[in-house]
Amino acid sequence: MSASPVESSAASSDVLRRYALTVGDTSLILAQRLGEWIGHAPALEEDLALANIALDLLGQARYLLSHAAELQGGERTEDDVAFLRDPQDFLNLSLVEQPNGDFGQTIVRQFLVDAWQLELFERLQQSSEPRLADLAAKAIKETRYHFRFSSGWVVRLGDGTEESHRRVQTALDALWRFTHEMFVASPAEQEAAALGIAPDPASLAAGWSSRVDEVLKEATLKRPADVAYSWHGKRGQHSEHLSRLLAEMQSMQRTYPGAQW
Amino acid sequence: MYTQGLDSLGADCLHTSASERAALEQRFQSKVDAEERIEPKDWMPDAYRQTLIRQISQHAHSEIVGMLPEGNWITRAPSLRRKAVLMAKVQDEGGHGMYLYSAAETLGISRDELLEQLLTGAAKYSSIFNYPTPTWADVGAIGWLVDGAAIMNQIPICKCSYGPYARAMVRICKEESFHQRQGFEIMMTLSRGTPEQRRMAQEALDRWWWPSLMMFGPNDATSKHTAQSMRWKIKRFTNDELRQKFVDITVPQAEFLGLRVPDPDLQWDEASQHYRFGTIDWSEFQQILQGNGPCNRERVEARQRAHEGGRWVREAAMAYAEKRRQRETQAA
Repeated sequence: MSASPVESSAASSDVLRRYALTVGDTSLILAQRLGEWIGHAPALEEDLALANIALDLLGQARYLLSHAAELQGGERTEDDVAFLRDPQDFLNLSLVEQPNGDFGQTIVRQFLVDAWQLELFERLQQSSEPRLADLAAKAIKETRYHFRFSSGWVVRLGDGTEESHRRVQTALDALWRFTHEMFVASPAEQEAAALGIAPDPASLAAGWSSRVDEVLKEATLKRPADVAYSWHGKRGQHSEHLSRLLAEMQSMQRTYPGAQW
Repeated sequence: MYTQGLDSLGADCLHTSASERAALEQRFQSKVDAEERIEPKDWMPDAYRQTLIRQISQHAHSEIVGMLPEGNWITRAPSLRRKAVLMAKVQDEGGHGMYLYSAAETLGISRDELLEQLLTGAAKYSSIFNYPTPTWADVGAIGWLVDGAAIMNQIPICKCSYGPYARAMVRICKEESFHQRQGFEIMMTLSRGTPEQRRMAQEALDRWWWPSLMMFGPNDATSKHTAQSMRWKIKRFTNDELRQKFVDITVPQAEFLGLRVPDPDLQWDEASQHYRFGTIDWSEFQQILQGNGPCNRERVEARQRAHEGGRWVREAAMAYAEKRRQRETQAA
């Protein structure tokens, strides 16, 4: 049975909305985590760099969340989508909600996500959905810089001192289990791929893997064994950390409903 | 001149007789009087150099410590737009710290030495950053009042006799005036908002008004450094002149916002065309300078934690750079 044109356009707008949230929430939550560092980084240069990356990610998130708000209709804004949604409605990768830990852990998390976003935005530039293609065209340039920064630090820390090598290897071992999720399609990603507006996540794995391997080799770090258990942040099933992060991020909007800021 | 290297290290007594030094000082002062810029390699009196190091590094430290009270609200900014603006602002402050450390380095002291002085408490930073930011309105009040007072202090420094400091300040002032407008805009949104938001705005003004007036430093009669700094054209106006200017500009802004300035003695003086304001509680200022302000301990500890926590990272970066250098030497 084929859907009527009206139904199918409503359905595709819902797919697009959920897909925009999958990509946008990942950028938003990572920006929020990086924001915790500003003023506390190991050196002034890193304070500035982390703030830069956070600002880029926040810009991506605002673009996509505004679009999601429009697709949902009514008077909804990017702020309603960011601040008045419950944790189970966030569709970000579980990796980005993991706590900052030490600088090594923050860098490893950033590096793994940057490598994934590079593959994703590269492909998303060819999306038949103009809003996604536009976002990707801008974001790919930002992500190249992010990847240069994070992979540069992975190498420096991996091939630096004994202590830095140990710390960054520990971070890699701890975070690797969250990478499987990147390549397993959520319902939103599956439907978006079927509509031809986004790549199949599985198709990003090979590029991501070779990019990561190249840097790990230079950093003298060992690639951990893959863990088949997949986290499901992209389906709204999160680790314990997201609700705390959101409790803080959303506190003003939740405490003063309806106020303008 | 082959003694330039020694001179620029501040050793103005090396190889110079008293009469030669007098001649150098005279030439220096006439350059300053003629509004020419003193550059890093020029001869300068040691006291001038030390005064500048003290002032520029205090200013740099203030930018760095100043990232903390506002940074406190990055994760809780009430809208995505405010979050982006605040992140960019705190980042700008870090950038200002960097230019200022670089300007201080031209005087023959390293950033590491300066940071060390901050962490051990040997160097001061602006007393204002030892006050807390309990509400979102404090972010607005800092932008409006603290950045407003900073601009008042800093615009004259764009014409400071020391070139690198003056040039750093031109760029900083542009960004600061942008921050000040953003802060005022936060206050405007709050003061036209809900009763809770108006209360937040008023209480923030109550908290920041007097500390902002203290930012200009002691009254002229008790200010140790003013006269010499004015002769050297490091400073162009006295503390009291700048403070008065700030009050004259800011009071009408508070009225525009519908907020009450917490000073019962504040009144417009028709004859002088200035606002007259109450007496500043200098004992509070002294307490803060002595380290007893509400957040002195937290601010320094936060900087120490970042520094200690980042030590292994900086060591790794150095070790890696050294390994690379060795590999390149071997390859060559």
